[in-house]
Amino acid sequence: MWKWLHPYANPEVSYHFCGKLQPWFFRLSFLFLAIGLVWALAYAPADYQQGDSFRIFYIHVPAAILSMGIYFAMAVAALSSLVWQLKLADASAAALAPIGAVFAAIALITGAAWGKPMWGTWWIWDARLTSELILLFLYLGVIALHNAFEDKNLAGKAAGILALVGVINLPIIHYSVEWWNTLHQGATVTKLGAPSMASSMYWPFLICFVGFSLLTGAIACQRFRTEILARNSMRPWVRNLAIAQTQGS
Amino acid sequence: MTNLAQQHLSYRAAFALVVKRDLTIALRHKDDIINPLLFFIIVVTLFPLGIGPEANTLSRIAPGIIWVAALLATLLSLDRLFKSDHADGSLEQMLLSPHPIFILVLAKIVAHWLITGLPLIIIAPLLAVLLHLHEQSYAALMLTLLLGTPVLSLLGAIGVALTVGIKKGGVLLSLLVLPLYIPVLIFATSAIDTAALSLPYSGQLAIIAALFFGSLTLAPFAVGAALKVSTN
Amino acid sequence: MSLILSEQLAPLISAKQLTCIREDRILFEQLSLTICAGDIIQVEGPNGAGKTSLLRILAGLSQPFEGEVYFQDQAITHCRELFHQNLLYLGHLPGVKGEMSAIENLTFNLALHGLETDQVEDDLAQVNLLGFEDSLASHLSAGQHRRIALARLLNTKAPIWILDEPFTAIDKQGVQNLEQLFLDHAEQGGCVILTTHQDLTLAAKRMKKISLTYRLY
Repeated sequence: MWKWLHPYANPEVSYHFCGKLQPWFFRLSFLFLAIGLVWALAYAPADYQQGDSFRIFYIHVPAAILSMGIYFAMAVAALSSLVWQLKLADASAAALAPIGAVFAAIALITGAAWGKPMWGTWWIWDARLTSELILLFLYLGVIALHNAFEDKNLAGKAAGILALVGVINLPIIHYSVEWWNTLHQGATVTKLGAPSMASSMYWPFLICFVGFSLLTGAIACQRFRTEILARNSMRPWVRNLAIAQTQGS
Repeated sequence: MTNLAQQHLSYRAAFALVVKRDLTIALRHKDDIINPLLFFIIVVTLFPLGIGPEANTLSRIAPGIIWVAALLATLLSLDRLFKSDHADGSLEQMLLSPHPIFILVLAKIVAHWLITGLPLIIIAPLLAVLLHLHEQSYAALMLTLLLGTPVLSLLGAIGVALTVGIKKGGVLLSLLVLPLYIPVLIFATSAIDTAALSLPYSGQLAIIAALFFGSLTLAPFAVGAALKVSTN
Repeated sequence: MSLILSEQLAPLISAKQLTCIREDRILFEQLSLTICAGDIIQVEGPNGAGKTSLLRILAGLSQPFEGEVYFQDQAITHCRELFHQNLLYLGHLPGVKGEMSAIENLTFNLALHGLETDQVEDDLAQVNLLGFEDSLASHLSAGQHRRIALARLLNTKAPIWILDEPFTAIDKQGVQNLEQLFLDHAEQGGCVILTTHQDLTLAAKRMKKISLTYRLY
């Protein structure tokens, strides 16, 4: 059933496959983001309560969703590396971590920027912001651990274990923070009623989200290729590639 | 003809063996027990000096101070869990013993808790007096520490196991471990706060107990896997 | 008869197509070996050629990049408990705790591997540690630490010995005794895999060698 996947466990095949995939990801993400962002920032209706400051939502929410999704993807990669000894899965987890961290940081910064007009302060200990901050800490832990090892294969395994521990803890942390928040603050003003969003706001949001996801795919492909090269630098095919590159230029 | 060795192994004996060994070493090296404890006491006494001696303020933030200090003291003491064993090669021998790594790791964590967690619990009421903790809160403080400090040791062990092979792992360790401690901190301090209002806090205790049993069953596996990577 | 013969030929430990990569360097590639009862094998090669890595992979401490190690035709990852009962590995580091006495160290090491501990005093006497039984190991020398670790050889039932530089910090007489011990062990159907930079005298005739070379790539 999984036979068709086997060639992709070979680093060389994956390297070239990602090389072919990546430009398409880039083109599509550019297209989607161009349409989505112009629609969202210029044409979508302003929120009747929040005015134009609401438009940061089109960047903030995709970034927040992606930061969590990427952590989950990283944990899945780490699990498959531990269970099935897939060496490439380590590389993909390592490729994903910094992207997720950047999205978490974007979500935090846009969240703070949104909070200033909304709540009159850059930071409040809102449950969602707090869990996003802790998610960023978890990402930074994974990245720091990965960087601390000299041997990239060991680094991948260690970071993978940490990502798995983190993914088990993430929901616990999330709910404990939410519970802590309601306990200490009473009912916070919920930022937006998700189900009651008008379709004129919903469509640009969806297009933006798809655009950011495709951008993630493109960057992940690029980083994955670099990771493969770094881990296989002593292999003949990498040498041949390097020779071909230098002769070509 | 070769005679292969195969005998029945007693897991309980192996567990007791490792606990006894770690306790023996710690008792002959008393700094390891006393220093984290001193750190705990000093950190707690710093807060009144920084915030002011007003009893009402202190008693309101006392649970948070005690728990954060306990967290940091545990973090400081975590290093001794695997570091010296890794440095002198006994960790390798443990991984090569026929006993399941799970048992040995659990034994080391239990020993670590007896050496560092238990003294914290014993000294905590004294510090609570210094911070004017509400009288109703003492039971909650003790119970949360009793259930919560083992979780700190268990989760911390994962972090140490991951960083034991790294030369400058100390700061990295805190970066890895502290975010994992957040749920324990939240529920423990909330239980103590609730107790101060004379309200039932069994819900929070139940959650800390759940965290305890969850980490008790899962953490030793993660530690075992991490140690295999670190000694590779 | 044929049954016994085939059992005698059955390898104790074998490795198939091991590849080991450290950082960016391939230490060895597609290395296969078979070690039977009675073998004394010296792994030789210059520093950094991967001797220790090979021993650690054979002991199951490190995972090879590719390939697998087998204990009696079973992958060691699938029969961990049985394999470890039949394995004695001593690495660069003696695994001796400074805070415990010589006798406590040896007792713990034996008990950890599920072995009898009633002869520890005799064992320590045999490795010339008579009179040091109750000294804390931190007061003993490096050679004495090594002897505490090696005392386990006298008491073990494990047929597979993997020893990384066992003669480090051991005096001449001690080296000879050890060599005799290896020969006896091989006679009794065990095998010894070791690395050393010393020239061995007694065991030289029986010894087989595996040479690893330093590779740039």
